[in-house]
Amino acid sequence: MTIRRHHDMGGLDAGSVDASEHDYAMWEKRVDAIVKVLSTPERKLLSTDELRRGIEELGPGVYDELSYYERWISSATNILLEKGAITVDELGTKMAEVEARWTKDRESTT
Amino acid sequence: MSAGRYHPGDMVRVREAFPPGHVRTPYFVRGCAGEVQECAGAFPNPEELAYGRDGKPDVPLYRVSFRQSDVWHGYDGPGADTIVIDIYEHWLEPAQ
Amino acid sequence: MSHDHPHDHDHDHDDAHPYQPDIEDFPYTERMVMTQALAELIVEKGICSADELREQIELMDSREPGLGAKLVAKTWVDPDYKARVLEDVGAAAAEIGIDIGEIPIKAIENTDEVHNIVVCTLCSCYPRMLIGLPPDWYKSRAYRSRTVKEPRKVLEEFGTHIADDVEVRVHDSTADLRYIVLPARPKGTEDWDEAKLAELITRDSMVGVTPARSPDDI
Repeated sequence: MTIRRHHDMGGLDAGSVDASEHDYAMWEKRVDAIVKVLSTPERKLLSTDELRRGIEELGPGVYDELSYYERWISSATNILLEKGAITVDELGTKMAEVEARWTKDRESTT
Repeated sequence: MSAGRYHPGDMVRVREAFPPGHVRTPYFVRGCAGEVQECAGAFPNPEELAYGRDGKPDVPLYRVSFRQSDVWHGYDGPGADTIVIDIYEHWLEPAQ
Repeated sequence: MSHDHPHDHDHDHDDAHPYQPDIEDFPYTERMVMTQALAELIVEKGICSADELREQIELMDSREPGLGAKLVAKTWVDPDYKARVLEDVGAAAAEIGIDIGEIPIKAIENTDEVHNIVVCTLCSCYPRMLIGLPPDWYKSRAYRSRTVKEPRKVLEEFGTHIADDVEVRVHDSTADLRYIVLPARPKGTEDWDEAKLAELITRDSMVGVTPARSPDDI
């Protein structure tokens, strides 16, 4: 009886390696920075292995649909919610505020 | 560094266990036998760090070399090709 | 798509006003919103400062393959330095002004007998502090799944042919170590200085998917 978890993909079949690259978007760099800052020894709000575990727990479908840093932010946010470092309500309120702000800014510049 | 149970040159086998959880021993090498290259130091256990625990006491980490032809059935390359994987001590047992 | 206003991609002024996504970033995604929301929340709640986030971004922006190339070039001209790099990359990097931080990096040397190639099958571990953030392909399913079982085919896809009498050695960085390959010094460079040698040392050669560039390519 064996369990192979979805992220543990060494040796599986796949197509050829697509060597094209993209420049990191600012939001992606921001995700990277958030994770690094939260995981400093002084804070220890999020360790590398917690982040990885959170990504592994996203499950096969979501894992494949999300981009690399989308997986990171999803995991980091879940871990922080679990720990109570942020609350669901705080996050929901802030996300709505950000979205409203961006929509308004876009409308005012087009 | 010779902090742990195994030393360079020891033949070891990777345990054939398949727990869920945050495991850093890849699926494809479980049950395979290889040769210890070196002990790379001892580190907190990532399986425990993954749940916000401190992962202590530190676990020795070994660089273990496997012949590709031992890992992959029908490996399509020369016999000398190898793969080196970093494996925590509790995933290893002595091999003949 | 035309724009009514000039834009640049360096909008990081967290302490003055929140980041505005560039008009080209639309449509924004849920995770972009989540990212911005989390960044603002952790600053508002005093978990960290906006400056710290900005400094972390600047730190990673400053890490790029040229740093690793500088280190490798020095190993080519100075055998004692190479021995120190093989022993302890962190200490050797510090000698030339590069602080690699807490995560250990191990150097593995290409020789006439062995060609090394690095992968992280489980996620994307990479020697970022020496050569910058990894390219998309390194994190891709195809690279992560196939490099361990058919490295020579993957190498061919990068245009690299390794002779049968040279061992291909794959390193799966599954744990606390990151790896940097020291590519072999190409022939015809005997009187080159370090700066010129560094131009031959590409990011791809330090991951191990290609050798260093040939002098003929410059």
